Amino acid sequence: MLEIEKLVCRYGKVEALKSVSLVVRKGELVTLIGANGAGKTTTLRAISGLLPPAGGRTLFQGEDITRASPKHILSRGIAHCPEGRHVFPHMTVQENLEMGCYLRSDATGIAADMERVFESFPRLAERRRQIAGTLSGGEQQMLAIGRALMSRPKLVLFDEPSLGLAPNIVERTFQIIKGIRDQGTTVLMVEQNAYAALDMCDRAYLLESGTLTLEGTGRELIKNPHIQEAYLGG
Amino acid sequence: MRRTLPYLWVGFLLSVPLWLHDQYFLHILITTGIFTITAMSLNLLLGFTGQLSLGHVAFFGVGAYTSALASLGFDVHIFGGFRIVHQPWPAVTGFAVGILVAGLCGYAIGKLSFKVREAYFVIVTISFAEVVRLVALNWVELTQGPLALNNIPPFTIGFPGLWEQTLWGKVPNYYAVLAVGAVAHILIRRLVLSRIGRAMVALKENEPLATSLGIDVTRFLVLAAVVSAGIAGAAGGLYAHYIRIIDPDIFLFIYTVTMVIMVVTGGKGTLAGPLVGGIIFGILPVMLRPMATPEAQWIIYGVFMILIVFFLPRGIVPAVQDWWQSKMGVTQAPVDGARTGGRL
Repeated sequence: MLEIEKLVCRYGKVEALKSVSLVVRKGELVTLIGANGAGKTTTLRAISGLLPPAGGRTLFQGEDITRASPKHILSRGIAHCPEGRHVFPHMTVQENLEMGCYLRSDATGIAADMERVFESFPRLAERRRQIAGTLSGGEQQMLAIGRALMSRPKLVLFDEPSLGLAPNIVERTFQIIKGIRDQGTTVLMVEQNAYAALDMCDRAYLLESGTLTLEGTGRELIKNPHIQEAYLGG
Repeated sequence: MRRTLPYLWVGFLLSVPLWLHDQYFLHILITTGIFTITAMSLNLLLGFTGQLSLGHVAFFGVGAYTSALASLGFDVHIFGGFRIVHQPWPAVTGFAVGILVAGLCGYAIGKLSFKVREAYFVIVTISFAEVVRLVALNWVELTQGPLALNNIPPFTIGFPGLWEQTLWGKVPNYYAVLAVGAVAHILIRRLVLSRIGRAMVALKENEPLATSLGIDVTRFLVLAAVVSAGIAGAAGGLYAHYIRIIDPDIFLFIYTVTMVIMVVTGGKGTLAGPLVGGIIFGILPVMLRPMATPEAQWIIYGVFMILIVFFLPRGIVPAVQDWWQSKMGVTQAPVDGARTGGRL
């Protein structure tokens, strides 16, 4: 579904990604793990068009989207749920969700999708008229996820969905992401919480200093001695 | 109550010339109205997209000069032998051309500077205002330079041959300003409450997120700049045909500062803010005049401004709304207001 070939990204002169190649197949839940500054977020930003890559190619369903605009990429079916549970703090829950389908204009489809989101997140339904900035951290994360789903994506990119959340909420968030995959949406997730990510995913990649160093199923990588030592605390 | 309030306001404003016969005070109301329109246009950029235009007076001045020149006619030589002669157009046509040219300037400035934004946008707008002022000052053949453009014709409305009315005097001009102000307000209101306005607010609140949701940043900011500049140009046209004399001093920085003060004290990002700020800061200096010497006036003016910024950092309108809501015991912010961070 998504193929990345030898992607290179630079911030000024600093090379954040050095020739990254990865594949996400339809229906998979793939995670990208790695330490701070390894280039995980950069990879997602390059895929969704927020950061035009310096080299390489991104193919989505056979279409070259390497230098396409974020708008075009979103309209092709890739939604990006950015790091740090970003919401529009002064808009209501419902308005935030509406922003998620800004490019769509089918009112009935939007209403149906919004009801679906509210069904999956009853907390949001209760607070649909509340200002998003006043939600708790966990609720904001639910809102960010719900908003990403509002564009009816084929592939969702999650950036550190567990960041800064209470442990029980982290667990719930991962359940929701698995649920999204189970309903047929492909997921590419970036996560620092390596154990949880490897445990739930179909396949995983390890990114170190801008280079992919390991690839395999979640089970394989959990057993890998290098990962155990460096990312799972031995 | 809240629904009828705007109509009461409009009714009140329409009735003013019926009971206010003081020509001087009517003049103050007209100029206040013109500046309130510029404050409204600035608010579209500053309040709703978060971009500070510190050269906003340039759009006002371009509108004024364009409208004046189009209705006065001119005869200039450029590039050696090339000569452009323009026969005078009706003032209303000049007014429309003024809006158009100001809007085009907004487009150019927007395209140039929104790729970099923020501090750069501020610098580009200041420079633009200064460049336009110098052109107005030095291109004597076109603008008469410091001698000013004189005898600018007043507006004539109606249908040629059937019924025509020339807007001499204060009362017709008062209504002209009120009409343009109402149109500008409705235009901004519709824009801000539409999908486009939502996108602008989204950009102001969190630009990377808005981009990731497929919102084309430059497009919406340029659109805001064009509309904002066009409305400021309309205010300039009103000014030119009412005062009937304009000189390069209309590009002075102090006018931009006045607009910013009106917007910030009234409440940026609210629709009513610039109206309240514009009326207060348009009329306050006049009210103070009989009470204090000029030096004391400026001190009172300054203290008042500091107090507002200090105690009501979001401006008068949001503060009044918060007070009203807490009094009415409303705990949740209404949906309508939430999207703009302010209501009405």
